[in-house]
Amino acid sequence: MKEMQAKTDTRHYGQFGGQYIPETLMAELQRVADAYDKYRNDPDFVKELDDLLNNYANRPSLLYYAKQMTEDLGGAKIYLKREDLNHTGAHKINNVIGQALLAKRMGKTRLIAETGAGQHGVATATIAALFKMDCEIFMGKVDTERQKLNVYRMELLGAKVHPVTTGSMVLKDAVNAALQEWTSRIDDTFYVMGSAVGPYPFPKMVHDFQSVISKESKQQILEAEGKLPDMVVACVGGGSNAIGSFAEYINDPDVKLIGCEAAGKGVNTDQTAATIERGSVGIFHGMKSLFLQNNDGQIDKVYSISAGLDYPGVGPEHAQLAELKRAQYVGVTDEEAVQAFEYIAKTEGIVAAIESCHAVAYVEKIAPKMSKDQVIICTLSGRGDKDVASIAKYRGVDIDE
Amino acid sequence: MSKLTEIFQNKKAFIPFLVADDPNAQTTIDNVVTLAENGADIVELGIPFSDPVADGPVIQAADLRAFDAGVNTDVVFEIVENVRQKTDVPIVFLTYLNIVFKYGYEKFCQRCQDLNISGLVIPDLPMEEQGELRPIADQYQIDLIPLISPASGDRIEEIAASASGFIYMVSSLGVTGVRNSFSEQLTKTIERIKQVTQVPVAIGFGIHSPEQAAKLSEISDGIIIGSAVVKMVDETADSTELQSKLANYAQEIKNAITITA
Repeated sequence: MKEMQAKTDTRHYGQFGGQYIPETLMAELQRVADAYDKYRNDPDFVKELDDLLNNYANRPSLLYYAKQMTEDLGGAKIYLKREDLNHTGAHKINNVIGQALLAKRMGKTRLIAETGAGQHGVATATIAALFKMDCEIFMGKVDTERQKLNVYRMELLGAKVHPVTTGSMVLKDAVNAALQEWTSRIDDTFYVMGSAVGPYPFPKMVHDFQSVISKESKQQILEAEGKLPDMVVACVGGGSNAIGSFAEYINDPDVKLIGCEAAGKGVNTDQTAATIERGSVGIFHGMKSLFLQNNDGQIDKVYSISAGLDYPGVGPEHAQLAELKRAQYVGVTDEEAVQAFEYIAKTEGIVAAIESCHAVAYVEKIAPKMSKDQVIICTLSGRGDKDVASIAKYRGVDIDE
Repeated sequence: MSKLTEIFQNKKAFIPFLVADDPNAQTTIDNVVTLAENGADIVELGIPFSDPVADGPVIQAADLRAFDAGVNTDVVFEIVENVRQKTDVPIVFLTYLNIVFKYGYEKFCQRCQDLNISGLVIPDLPMEEQGELRPIADQYQIDLIPLISPASGDRIEEIAASASGFIYMVSSLGVTGVRNSFSEQLTKTIERIKQVTQVPVAIGFGIHSPEQAAKLSEISDGIIIGSAVVKMVDETADSTELQSKLANYAQEIKNAITITA
């Protein structure tokens, strides 16, 4: 514990984090870190960021009291932080606006990004269009097939989408491909990392830009309830919406923080993406963190119905929060998430992203066990239009896409 | 002076690269021996990683062939054990940090020392993150070979000053807007390295022909050839033919860099 705290500096989270990345990128990473240090508190930068968040991305997002769900489940009061109502339909835009503004300040003219479900790719393509920047998105071929709608959206926005055919052809492989592309073209290119992963300063930037979620929710819940929530619940793949949902509560020890991982077919099966529950310490994608891997250190193929959560690692700050037991991470299976997808649609009239429904499923389980004067905030990280076809397929319904 | 550094005294070194267990253990053993007997001064052996972000498609494909053959870290050590019965050619491993980390830094370095492995090239271990591994590697006299890229900029001197064994100079970077030709930029980078260290500099990435090797050896202390050798292994199924091809190629390269030396 002492050692862990001793090692916490700007580049590390206890033993986790760091910059394990090829030398070719190191000087550029330092330039990104320097630029971020320079601009993060720069009044003009902050003003432009806030203006875009409020007047383009539709912030602040609602903190919606889910009355029907609360009454139906019969326990804690449930509030939904509606990131699904942001422009482009997910929390991803918060971070993309921040990083793209930084890229602009650095004189870059081209944005590249990885994407899993396509939400981060869509957000990046959107801001690239707004900023008149070139945009290339790397997406696992498997994901391009299960998220065709988002591929077309990105193309519509003027981005070039590269289907990645290496490895298991999902999110992890898309990150590999984007890193390789960045290595070969640094001068005009900024890599917009979508999740709270990768080498420093990415986990820190993503934390900071996504923390707008909990900055707002804290103020909103104090107005609505006059007290802090008892629990904050969010889904975790790499962990960007979760870190944003947790950030402002980390130093409030009475607020329980729950991250919901994709357990796929089950935490104890080999078709899972429950990194924190099943993973071990390793070094990959620029960071020391927890990974699903074999005894030789080869990274596992992971599985989840959700293209946004099937990542074999997790952001270093989450690994530290888990180690410190400040946050608790639980696995939610495909079946539970699909059931929650249907439940929240019918109960609240909200079609939420299958990623977010991993968090909703946990709320369904825990709320009835809590008392009526307790409060849960659950982040709906995105909207579920993109998932309707695949959920129909999961349920054996044949619909024309 | 480290064992690796000594190899570069009074000659230009030829350093071919092979992926261990591609496509099987016996072929790798034969290939290392053939290369050693035909001019290789150091053999660089890759331990495959599931996600080799610093490698191009040719080496990625070789990694997959090795995985098909059932490669793991212990299998690679066994391959080296067999190689050691036939040649004491200096060997360095190229692998990603997670492979070493999961094996255990101490255990991995101990095993390397036992098998007379002289150095490690770890593309995802920059200078800033060497704090955990370096003291252990030093203890077992394993050089951590640093990479320097034309994009290293201000970092060049600091990396060079702390280098041991040799420096792996990354030759190419598809940077747009750079006016200087590669060789011009390489020459300048190597000049900067030479001002702060006596540690030899070997150039790698994208070299395949004897002409290129000859040209680049004029400005460096050695040449690393990866994909061209790996491709030969992939394209030549017949074992006898592969050995004769590798032997000829090694001699050609060695001659090319020796004439200009």
